[in-house]
Amino acid sequence: MSDTILRVNDIYKSFDGTGVLRGVSLEIREGEVVVIVGPSGCGKSTLLRCINGLETIDRGEIWLQDEKISGQVKELHVIRQKIGMVFQSYDLFPHMKVMDNLLLGPTKALGRHRQEVEQEALQMLERVGLKEKAYVYPRTLSGGQKQRVALVRAMLMHPEILLLDEITAALDPEMVSEVLNVVIDLARGGMTMAIVTHEMRFAEAVADRVLFLEEGVVLEEGTPEKFFHAPATERAQRFLQSFTYASKRDQAAAKPQGEPL
Amino acid sequence: MQDLGISVLFRGVNFQRLLGGLWVTLRLALITIGLSCLFGLLFGLLMLSKKKIAKVFCRVWLEIVRFMPQLVLLYLVYFGFARLFGWDLDGETSAVIVFTFWGTAEMGDLIRGALTSIPLHQTESAAAIGLTKGQVYLYVLIPQTLRRLLPQAINLSTRIIKTTALVKMINVTEVLKVGQQIIGQFYRQPDAAFWVYFVIFLLYFLVCWPFSLLAKQLEKRWA
Repeated sequence: MSDTILRVNDIYKSFDGTGVLRGVSLEIREGEVVVIVGPSGCGKSTLLRCINGLETIDRGEIWLQDEKISGQVKELHVIRQKIGMVFQSYDLFPHMKVMDNLLLGPTKALGRHRQEVEQEALQMLERVGLKEKAYVYPRTLSGGQKQRVALVRAMLMHPEILLLDEITAALDPEMVSEVLNVVIDLARGGMTMAIVTHEMRFAEAVADRVLFLEEGVVLEEGTPEKFFHAPATERAQRFLQSFTYASKRDQAAAKPQGEPL
Repeated sequence: MQDLGISVLFRGVNFQRLLGGLWVTLRLALITIGLSCLFGLLFGLLMLSKKKIAKVFCRVWLEIVRFMPQLVLLYLVYFGFARLFGWDLDGETSAVIVFTFWGTAEMGDLIRGALTSIPLHQTESAAAIGLTKGQVYLYVLIPQTLRRLLPQAINLSTRIIKTTALVKMINVTEVLKVGQQIIGQFYRQPDAAFWVYFVIFLLYFLVCWPFSLLAKQLEKRWA
């Protein structure tokens, strides 16, 4: 068999008659990290939400390994046990301590023993530098720490694939790298991931493949080297340019001397 | 020798009578609170319904309850229903009807508020770790709803307990009425009134204070 983990086959999704995804296909192999970029509203978050069944799709198919997961309703929770997802908002459960947040899925959804998972959880917390926060409530954590815990919570389910939906978009700038470094660490460990992000330098660092989505269509797909340094489409060039700034001094030089403001 | 007014309470069974009255107060309040929680849950869910007619219905009910003095409602049911429909309701039944009518709307509004205050992404992130729908409710949504609801529900409960004092106006012999009967018996003792009312005050305080403490404690712990 192939080592394809996820296969998205020509999916369509519209909200109130507006097509958000218009024929998107995507394959992710085991251990591969695919980064999905594109302007806001291009459908990239919707794509991730469709993959783990938070949104239903209108047309097309989604396969996880050898199992067709689109169109299923009854066993959705079983599928989600294999698809980890972390969101933009801090989504820890505020009424539970960090450890209980981590153990909820493995003990209740997978039926594992608390003690055994707790050991594993402590090891993973240590890897992300938060072992001493295991028994505090989420409200005492910073945004960056919360997202690291959310990543551990998803990883403890041992998912086949991890979906990250703009997980640093709500963070203060100085906390972004502490979270993204954890993601890079996971990528090095061979975790299969689909990542939506606006952090282009991170995207370049972590991606095996970049998908450029605009108006619900994959416009470009390629290696990070190619996409970030020699994008093929004019749309992608313009999109990437929106992350760079013309220098103030260049602009002053470009202006005719002595012109009043 | 002239006794102190407080001694009237220890004469005969006066203090037991007062406690008996307190029990009437508490029984009335507890029945009302119980029914209000039950119907309040339905009321709260009805308020969240997408049907416009249900929303308007709840809105009107809630406004009536907020603007109409409870005493007027008590008279309306106790005296008005007898005249209008020929229902000869006793005082306690009328009181339970009126206070439940009030408590249902207020409790329902609290339940609606608590339910809507849980952000959608709590549901989604719970679903994302593979919990079933039932587990999402059991471990994530209901505990958070209760945490937001309980302090406010307890405050409403103490308000209901206090408001039951009104039922003496429709001939229910609760603690305040008993107190007035005792005062009437000992009219020769001019300071009896003060002491009897003071003890009633203490009794209300002893009943409501633990609730209020509990609410404060919960609020602090779950803030």
